[in-house]
Amino acid sequence: MNGWVSALFLRELRLAVRVGGSGVVGVLFFLAVVTVIPFGVGPDLNLLARIGPAILWIGALLATLLGLDRLFQADRDDGALDLILMSGRSMELVVLVKCLAHWMATGLPLVLAAPVFAIFLNLDPVAIGAVTLTLLVGTPALTLIGAIGASLTVTLRRGGLLMAVLVIPLAIPVLIFGVSSADAAIHDPVPFLTPFLILCALSLIAAVIGPFASATALRFASD
Amino acid sequence: MSGGTALVVTGPNGVGKSSLLRTLAGLVSLMEGTLRLEGGETDLTPFEHTHYFGHQDAVKPALSVQENLAFWRDFSAPATPESFAAGTIRPLEALDLLGIGHTARLPAAYLSAGQKRRLSLARLLVTPRPIWLMDEPTSALDTKSEATLLGLMNSHLAHGGMIVTATHTPLALTPMQKLHLDTAPSEPEETA
Repeated sequence: MNGWVSALFLRELRLAVRVGGSGVVGVLFFLAVVTVIPFGVGPDLNLLARIGPAILWIGALLATLLGLDRLFQADRDDGALDLILMSGRSMELVVLVKCLAHWMATGLPLVLAAPVFAIFLNLDPVAIGAVTLTLLVGTPALTLIGAIGASLTVTLRRGGLLMAVLVIPLAIPVLIFGVSSADAAIHDPVPFLTPFLILCALSLIAAVIGPFASATALRFASD
Repeated sequence: MSGGTALVVTGPNGVGKSSLLRTLAGLVSLMEGTLRLEGGETDLTPFEHTHYFGHQDAVKPALSVQENLAFWRDFSAPATPESFAAGTIRPLEALDLLGIGHTARLPAAYLSAGQKRRLSLARLLVTPRPIWLMDEPTSALDTKSEATLLGLMNSHLAHGGMIVTATHTPLALTPMQKLHLDTAPSEPEETA
């Protein structure tokens, strides 16, 4: 039982890290988004510090979406998805393991890069810690919600854009609570824990709904 | 169909040979009728007794040949009902048997089409399963590997396995039944 889970996890991790994987590209894209904002809004340090958490969150959301379209499509293109579907392994668990490996390869680097990029945006140490913590808790939800979009568009040749359009509305609650808990840590009167716990709950809900919805979509895609 | 026999499906392009195989593999749902496997392991579905060897090789170019094969061995569970007596082969032995043992450490991206095909074939050897569904198994293979493939298929039958294959080249399989599909209004129903 555990043998195949770790085999799948290692395979996904290797594929994501090796040539053609999206881990490093995601971080570079994140960097591009974060550095381009100050050129747009101007070099007002106070303004940047105020909107910094939001910029980091939007950057992380876009960077997550960038790599997600290949989550299942690569397996479908070479026939591996057919074999995975007929293997009799729980498809929900397969999706969850794939998402976990994908997050380790693409989401975790974003979280680790966030404190460095936060310095560009003039965030103070408390805000940097808060944003990094919320990203750590919230980015798995983005990956899991994105998996639904990725499996719905798996049969389409250029499904990446459609996937982004499908996923962004679903990711809005995560964005709202991620940014609001980061803001709450900076501005004293608001408690940090309330929005942060809701963010944790959103991640847990996504970990249940994401695999189920996505496994159902993949089963239909094989017909 | 009974154990130890091969069913060779022939017919013109587009008549539904591949669709038949995909249906038997459980990848396309049945419009009507049922699919039953007698004498299989009771806690496994018919599809978990089955290897599907289709047009696509399911080979990841970024992984080495050995990693590709080891993944499928670990991922797909073996099914060995009583009537089926094939042993397990280790991945490296399977690669040697198919003549691509020297490529084990190379990334699969460097393999030729025929070598990828053979790597995909090795997947059927490392996990014992009684039913092989093979769609054009000889495509992209040279004459020598074709002979190796025939030997493997015949030994699979001798162990009590079952093969359903769609092909255009005549295959010397024994014992063998033939099913010729033509542009008839309905396809014959299969019970394996």
